[in-house]
Amino acid sequence: MTWRRGARILGELVAVLALVSFGTFALVSMMDVDPAVSVLGEGHTEAEYDEVRHDLGLDQPLLTRYVSWLGDAVTGDLGTSVVPPYSDVADRIADALPVSVELALLGMGMALLLAIPAALWSANRPGGRVDRAISAMTVGVLSLPSFMLGLIVIMVLANQLGWFPRAQWARIGDEGVYQNLYHAFLPALTIALAEAAMFTRVLRNDLITTLQEDFVLSARAKGMTPRQVLVGDALRPSSLSLVTLMGISMGRLIGSTVVVEYLFGLPGMGSLTVSAAQTGDFVMVQGAVLVIAAIYVLTNAAIDVSYGYLDPRIRRAR
Amino acid sequence: MSAVPMRTLQAEDRATVLQVDDLHTVIRTPRGPVRAVDGVSLTLRRGETLGLVGESGSGKSVLGRSIMGLYRSGSTMSVTGRVLFEGRDVQAMQAAELRALWGSGIGMVFQDPLTALNPVKRIGRHLTETLRRHQTISVRQARVRAIELLGLVGIPDPRRRVEQYPHELSGGMRQRVVIAMALANDPALVIADEPTTALDVTVQRQILDLLDDLRTELGLAILLISHNLGVVAGRAERVAVMYGGRIVETAAAGDVFAAPAHPYTGALLAAIPRLADPAHRRLRAIDGTPPDLVSPPVGCRFAPRCPAAQDDCRTAQPVLTDLATEARAGGSGDGVLNAHRAACLHPNLGAEPRPSDQGVR
Repeated sequence: MTWRRGARILGELVAVLALVSFGTFALVSMMDVDPAVSVLGEGHTEAEYDEVRHDLGLDQPLLTRYVSWLGDAVTGDLGTSVVPPYSDVADRIADALPVSVELALLGMGMALLLAIPAALWSANRPGGRVDRAISAMTVGVLSLPSFMLGLIVIMVLANQLGWFPRAQWARIGDEGVYQNLYHAFLPALTIALAEAAMFTRVLRNDLITTLQEDFVLSARAKGMTPRQVLVGDALRPSSLSLVTLMGISMGRLIGSTVVVEYLFGLPGMGSLTVSAAQTGDFVMVQGAVLVIAAIYVLTNAAIDVSYGYLDPRIRRAR
Repeated sequence: MSAVPMRTLQAEDRATVLQVDDLHTVIRTPRGPVRAVDGVSLTLRRGETLGLVGESGSGKSVLGRSIMGLYRSGSTMSVTGRVLFEGRDVQAMQAAELRALWGSGIGMVFQDPLTALNPVKRIGRHLTETLRRHQTISVRQARVRAIELLGLVGIPDPRRRVEQYPHELSGGMRQRVVIAMALANDPALVIADEPTTALDVTVQRQILDLLDDLRTELGLAILLISHNLGVVAGRAERVAVMYGGRIVETAAAGDVFAAPAHPYTGALLAAIPRLADPAHRRLRAIDGTPPDLVSPPVGCRFAPRCPAAQDDCRTAQPVLTDLATEARAGGSGDGVLNAHRAACLHPNLGAEPRPSDQGVR
């Protein structure tokens, strides 16, 4: 059973990556930024232009270019950036990816730490004072764009209270785990707040539905305390939507925390991709998108597996 | 599990476990207050099964839950009257006292075993958590006891079953688990709310027999709630028939079946299909619908559907009164508790049930 699932996930991964990479390839080739112009800069002759186009392989048909790029990508070679400083794409991604992954994981963890107690507390008395207060807060947070949220976080926790540095990234390798977490806290919190608001709403609603179930009544009739019932009986069966949402969030956070990265000056995947797109560095864009897509597929495969843990009935159905 | 006859139990064993006095449960709804339980009194002794019978909406489940204290006065309902469990007033208890009582003094068996167990929890955990909630025992002791309990309720291979999830067991097996849960801490009272309604007929019988065996073996008092007189027949020593939130007739089980005094009871009995009936005969039903408990009929609540109703039935509310013993054909006369009582102005005092009542098709 397990190897079959492994094969299925692998097959899915390959199919998605093929689609995504080809899509990106096609999209980038349609960009009105001409990579050859980006490479040459202003003032070049027709001959130079043709030469550069040939060097970059741009005179080849799309499919041919795609296949040769894919052949390299499979071996881990994502090519070389076409704009100065002509760095190796795989190296740049290897630098940026840990930042994004760490931010996403920290943000996700903090979001869960906030959302699970808030949802449990809310669902304990739906419509009660606590529920309404938490609900108002989640709506408030969700209606704020993330740059506003980030600015508020910076203003309060960095500028006013001075508890955390306002910008910069400290690499674990250079400055140790403590400094790294210290610097990552605010951006992670900014990410966490928006996610937590969403998680709270989803989990609260599922909890309220679960609390109507007969098995909750039967747990209460055994004399279990409200807390035991909420945490021990209702939480796990209520968490399927939350976990699905987490999978989607995780994939999204890796590639698109651009705003937060810019606010806090972080060298993550978001800023890497956006600046590459702006400069017409199509090789970089392709590489980054490929990696982000791969992470997305793998995360969701992990989520799929976790359903079986959360609900044993699913385990048997597979 | 030998079938000890009820009557051999000594008098002191038959202490009163549950005493309900004039219980009213009113549920507030947007349409107005629903008088789901409207002045119910009943008594249940150790080692006794009381069958509580009535159609859907008669208030029997609300009564069961009010007795447990699962329903209590609050923003959505008001519960008045007294529920004495072993002399303590359940409705006057604090939330924590109630939780200490549930699953230990009073066990509850629910209607649908498919939904009464948490799908993501192993069978063993369902039992060990209630054991550890009410007793100070180790995880291992609780596990040993859980396996014993599964054995007690007739589940084969209990050692393997404790590791399984509810969906891996059949409906009947799951109901046995629910019963084991209710019995885990040696309760004095088990409230079984439609314990067999969701099960197929052969399994129904096994579950009812099991409850009956456990009653004699453990001296349980059982409140057996069912819409089905057939379920109650032969298992309950006494029967109380509920209609529109009130008890309309109560007597020793044999008396109810042999000589139903209330026309509603008679109609219920007549509605049981019989194998002796000719094939393709239309099933008998009771005309009309149960009363709307937001605005119940002024007089007798059954009057609008009653074939024997007379003018006074529509104005005067009948109360539960003893039927004159001499008028009874075979009153068992086992003290006051087993007295045959009916809330009807014109009870049927003939010895024969009237399966051919006009109101019954």
